[in-house]
Amino acid sequence: MDDQFELVSIRQLSKAFGRQTVLKDISLDIRAGEIFGLLGPSGAGKTTLVKQLAGLDTPDAGETYLFKEKMPSLKLMEHIGYMAQSDALYGELTAKENLQFFAALYGLNGKSMNKRILEVMTLVELGEHLEKQVSAYSGGMRRRLSLAISLLHDPKLLILDEPTVGIDPVLRKSIWKAFYDLKKKGVTLIVTTHVMDEAEKCDRLGLIRDGELIALGTPEELKNKTNSNSIEDAFLVFGGASI
Amino acid sequence: MRVRTLMIRILKQIVRDKRTMGLLIAAPILILTMLHLVFNGEEYSPKVGVVNAPEAIKGHLSTDEAKVTEYNVKDKADEDLNSGDIEGYLLFSDMKPSLFLEGSDPSVNAAVIKWVQGALKAGVDEKRTPLNISYLHGSSEMGQFDYFGPVLLGFFVFFFVFLIAGVSFLRERTTGTLERLLSSPLRRWEIVIGYVAGFGVFTTIQAGIIALYSIYVLGMHMEGSFPYVLLITLLLSLTALTLGILLSAFANNELQMIQFIPIVVVPQIFFSGLFNLDTISGWLSWIGPLTPLYYAADSLRDVMVRGQGIDDIYMNLLVLAGFSLIFMLLNILALKRYRKI
Repeated sequence: MDDQFELVSIRQLSKAFGRQTVLKDISLDIRAGEIFGLLGPSGAGKTTLVKQLAGLDTPDAGETYLFKEKMPSLKLMEHIGYMAQSDALYGELTAKENLQFFAALYGLNGKSMNKRILEVMTLVELGEHLEKQVSAYSGGMRRRLSLAISLLHDPKLLILDEPTVGIDPVLRKSIWKAFYDLKKKGVTLIVTTHVMDEAEKCDRLGLIRDGELIALGTPEELKNKTNSNSIEDAFLVFGGASI
Repeated sequence: MRVRTLMIRILKQIVRDKRTMGLLIAAPILILTMLHLVFNGEEYSPKVGVVNAPEAIKGHLSTDEAKVTEYNVKDKADEDLNSGDIEGYLLFSDMKPSLFLEGSDPSVNAAVIKWVQGALKAGVDEKRTPLNISYLHGSSEMGQFDYFGPVLLGFFVFFFVFLIAGVSFLRERTTGTLERLLSSPLRRWEIVIGYVAGFGVFTTIQAGIIALYSIYVLGMHMEGSFPYVLLITLLLSLTALTLGILLSAFANNELQMIQFIPIVVVPQIFFSGLFNLDTISGWLSWIGPLTPLYYAADSLRDVMVRGQGIDDIYMNLLVLAGFSLIFMLLNILALKRYRKI
């Protein structure tokens, strides 16, 4: 573990919308090459936190560093793949046209673009549905196409906000397989989730509640520390409840 | 390069969405055709009664432009006026004429009065030579539609482009694609310019088709040169486009976008010269110069009705371009809400 450097570094980050504090003094390091899970109930501030990392929002206090450089920066954003909770696709266009559009925004063109489109679509197992109009896609297909788009420019850091919400177990398994494949290639993944069993699949976890980071560690560490059998129980202990 | 990518995508989306394309092109054509039929209908011939007309006058009453009924007693004429069989009657007592009108429709009143005045004059000044009338602009052939037409042409282009551009940018926001665009290194100004370019290409085609149809199919009065008409409508649609995108930032859904129509779009038509601007109450007259349609309607009329050229309209064109530029800058600023850099 020691040879892994911090790819993402969050320092005393706070954020409020009006009077409502959404993130309170969060400090957190994410190492290169790991799958880091942000676990917490809805409304805990997960999306707000990952938006800071994606460069879509700026904190009220504190700083975020990516690759040792301060965010937000347009230059750094070329190395980030971001998949939001909504699928963010153009329904009138075919899958291929959607991919071509976003690929062109990242400066891909010609043969390398087509090659890359095939690669990412194979990874998400949608290779046969390239020419189909997105409005004819099912919910799960849209989710995977959305993932494929965020992979197009070969990002070093992939930020996924609830990537498997509303997806059946079989599909969820195949999406996680894709995550492990990416990890093998050296991509760092940040995944937010509120599903406890999904959290077990992450290398390390950050537990968030009411905008505060209440615990940090590998799933095993978190369970051992609290003498509990599941992440769910561990979460409750860290949250102040007694089992 | 990225602007072009965005432009191509927008054009593809419009072409795919047949209904939206229909709305942008077919709807203005349909409405202009209907208005043409309404305004350029046949001249109205009023139904007039004449009570106790002296023989000298009776002979001169022309029955070409009105349907004339003669009465001997006033009571019978009153009865018919009440039941709607006639719209007014001319009563002679002691050789002095007086006119009674049904009175509920001002345009019918005017038609009756016009006919009566003509009829009485014909009886008196038969030998006087008719007044020789010449026109600086237009002609005696010009109908209401020829005068309203240029304003309506501008209005419909503005209205539909405003709505479609606003809604499509709103959708970009609500479906999350705007966030995705902003999570790429795309710059904020590139998004705005891309939208302007994409819709700009389409509205050039749209404005061209609508203007060609109005002038060559509906026969709208056209003195000046066609490229000017195209240039004016294009600049106007750019203001509609940039204003639509700007206001979509203040709407949370399509319905709220539609709520801008009575506030932003409809009032423009009242202050753009469809009605005589000199008769607008003084305390409201400042609104006109704040609306883009005011400048577009003025220049369209200059070109189409008065046959003027660039020397007379360039100020208006500059103002329209200025509106677009301001709205574009505001758009780039408004996008800051979604990404700070």
